[in-house]
Amino acid sequence: MAKLPTKVEETMEAGQVFRIPMPLDLAGLDKMSPLVVKQPYNIVYVHSYGQDSPFFAGLTNGRFLSTRCPRCKWAPGTPRGHCMKCGTKMKWVELPKEAVIHSFTVCYFGSEAFLDQCPYVLVMIEWPGVDTLFLGRLFGVDPEKPDLSWIGQKVKLKFLRKAKISPTDVYFVLTEVGEGRKVPRKTLAGRKAPGRAQSQ
Amino acid sequence: MVAGGVSKFAKARPDVTFQPMVKEAYDYARKDVPKMKDKDVDGTVGSYFSDHFMRQLKAGAMIQDYLRFIPKSSKRVEGGGATGGLSFQAGWEGVASGRYDVCVVYGWETMSSVETWKGNEFIALASDVSFDYPVGGFYSGYYAMMVARHMYEYGTTVEQLAKVSIKNHMNAMYNPYAQQAAKLTVADVRNSPMVAWPLTRLDICAMSDGAAVAILCDEDTAWRLSDRPVEVTGVGCGTDAMRMADRPHGDVILLPHEKASDYVGTKFKGGKLAYPGIHSFRAGRQASKEAYEMAKISDPKNDISFIELHDAYTSSEIQTYEDMGLCKYGDGGRFVESGAPFLKGVDYGLEFTDEPGQIPVNPSGGLLACGHPVGATGLMQAVFAFWQLQGRIKQHLGNSKLQVPRAERGLIHSHAGTGTYVTVSVLERRH
Repeated sequence: MAKLPTKVEETMEAGQVFRIPMPLDLAGLDKMSPLVVKQPYNIVYVHSYGQDSPFFAGLTNGRFLSTRCPRCKWAPGTPRGHCMKCGTKMKWVELPKEAVIHSFTVCYFGSEAFLDQCPYVLVMIEWPGVDTLFLGRLFGVDPEKPDLSWIGQKVKLKFLRKAKISPTDVYFVLTEVGEGRKVPRKTLAGRKAPGRAQSQ
Repeated sequence: MVAGGVSKFAKARPDVTFQPMVKEAYDYARKDVPKMKDKDVDGTVGSYFSDHFMRQLKAGAMIQDYLRFIPKSSKRVEGGGATGGLSFQAGWEGVASGRYDVCVVYGWETMSSVETWKGNEFIALASDVSFDYPVGGFYSGYYAMMVARHMYEYGTTVEQLAKVSIKNHMNAMYNPYAQQAAKLTVADVRNSPMVAWPLTRLDICAMSDGAAVAILCDEDTAWRLSDRPVEVTGVGCGTDAMRMADRPHGDVILLPHEKASDYVGTKFKGGKLAYPGIHSFRAGRQASKEAYEMAKISDPKNDISFIELHDAYTSSEIQTYEDMGLCKYGDGGRFVESGAPFLKGVDYGLEFTDEPGQIPVNPSGGLLACGHPVGATGLMQAVFAFWQLQGRIKQHLGNSKLQVPRAERGLIHSHAGTGTYVTVSVLERRH
């Protein structure tokens, strides 16, 4: 049987008061409970992808770009402006749309920004002949049944059509799930939806 | 090192702001060196990690005035989870260079100012915000991917991870400073909520509020202030790529007791260990190598009495045994089963394959059980190691259960996000 809750969940909604009770005698104030208040803090950053911008532009066009060192041929799976080995300025190249799972985890909890997406699957991706990896999200596996045998499996790269200009504009699905199984595109009424209007 | 102090680590300390909390640790250390006068202190190092948690920039300056160190020299040192270890070494540098005769290193963190999942978000911002954080930034997830690969490469099991949790939580039963002491079984660890497969809540340390202080000085001053000073005989620090994805697959950095041929053969995928990949912390190996060379340690398992290492995760403790050369790469899981890192006089309810207590690791309970108020953590390790080497665990913890017998040389190991900065410092008994 599932464990029943024995605690009321704490939330961040605070009450509002106009006056805090206080004794006339100041001698006892060291024993007073601490006052704890809420201080909100919201920021919007203007973040430039700088020299990595072509990577994100590539994703919006369904292309996965990384870089290569023209001098020592160092080939990372995540682009870098300059070579990690010899410091030379790198050149852009496109990586294949098929790759392999190097490692993974299923996150059942996460940072606040991603809590509503739990459980989600993180994967480190490798390509044959590429020296380093890429961090992404894996779909098409059961997050309730993680298994070490996922490591080494082939994946296909897929791209969001409505890009968010984020590294999650590319995601990964097991090759065998992605192929040979056409999911019928039906509207709620059971009729075929007109091609591109269907959202994911 | 002549004195140390630790505040009790707790989930939250709303009773005080951060300044009196650091003062608790400093006052405790001061009591241990009554001959030290205010004027003896030449400079300080402030050790704290996140400006986000406090929403108070320049918080170090507020400790400096609260502890009455103004107008003396000070600086803040920050390096993620390794902040405490880096600060300890910065204090050592201040003394070793001759700039200071006495340097006070104070560290703290107040992590209770936000909800746990917001705290995880702040910590995840210590990963590349272009490529890593937006994918689902969560440190437990990053470490989980590292250990999944360790399991794949070497056959490490979740039961082996659980034994680390049992050890550290059980040790903490005898440490009144610890936040989460517990007597656990493998089933308890595995049945606690899954956070990031294969790591459960009991495989992962908690966030804490807490402070710790170490007082360092030159040799003449040390003997003037203390009857049992402890000498820092080695320091090492290593680094690695911030993005885990960028870690290459090259050759192992070898320690003096290892050979290149140790990492070649059919037991390694592809016939040769690809290093560090994401299964090992190259920075931890580099830090160990430097510190061992300086302290003339050639056979770590036999040359070291005990280690306080950065066990933010049970998995990272196992990975760190290997980085520090207590066993070969790949043998970390079996090293736990051998009983070597356990304490001899403590009943864990476990059977071992070899003699327990050969090299106790985290006799204090480590981060898993003591808590991890980031800027204080590495200094807490220094303080527990210091008391061990003084032979004064009983005086400070109220019982001698965790005292390592004949402790001559203790190591402290501090580690930042997925192994980007790692420090190892060697402390030795001199009385």
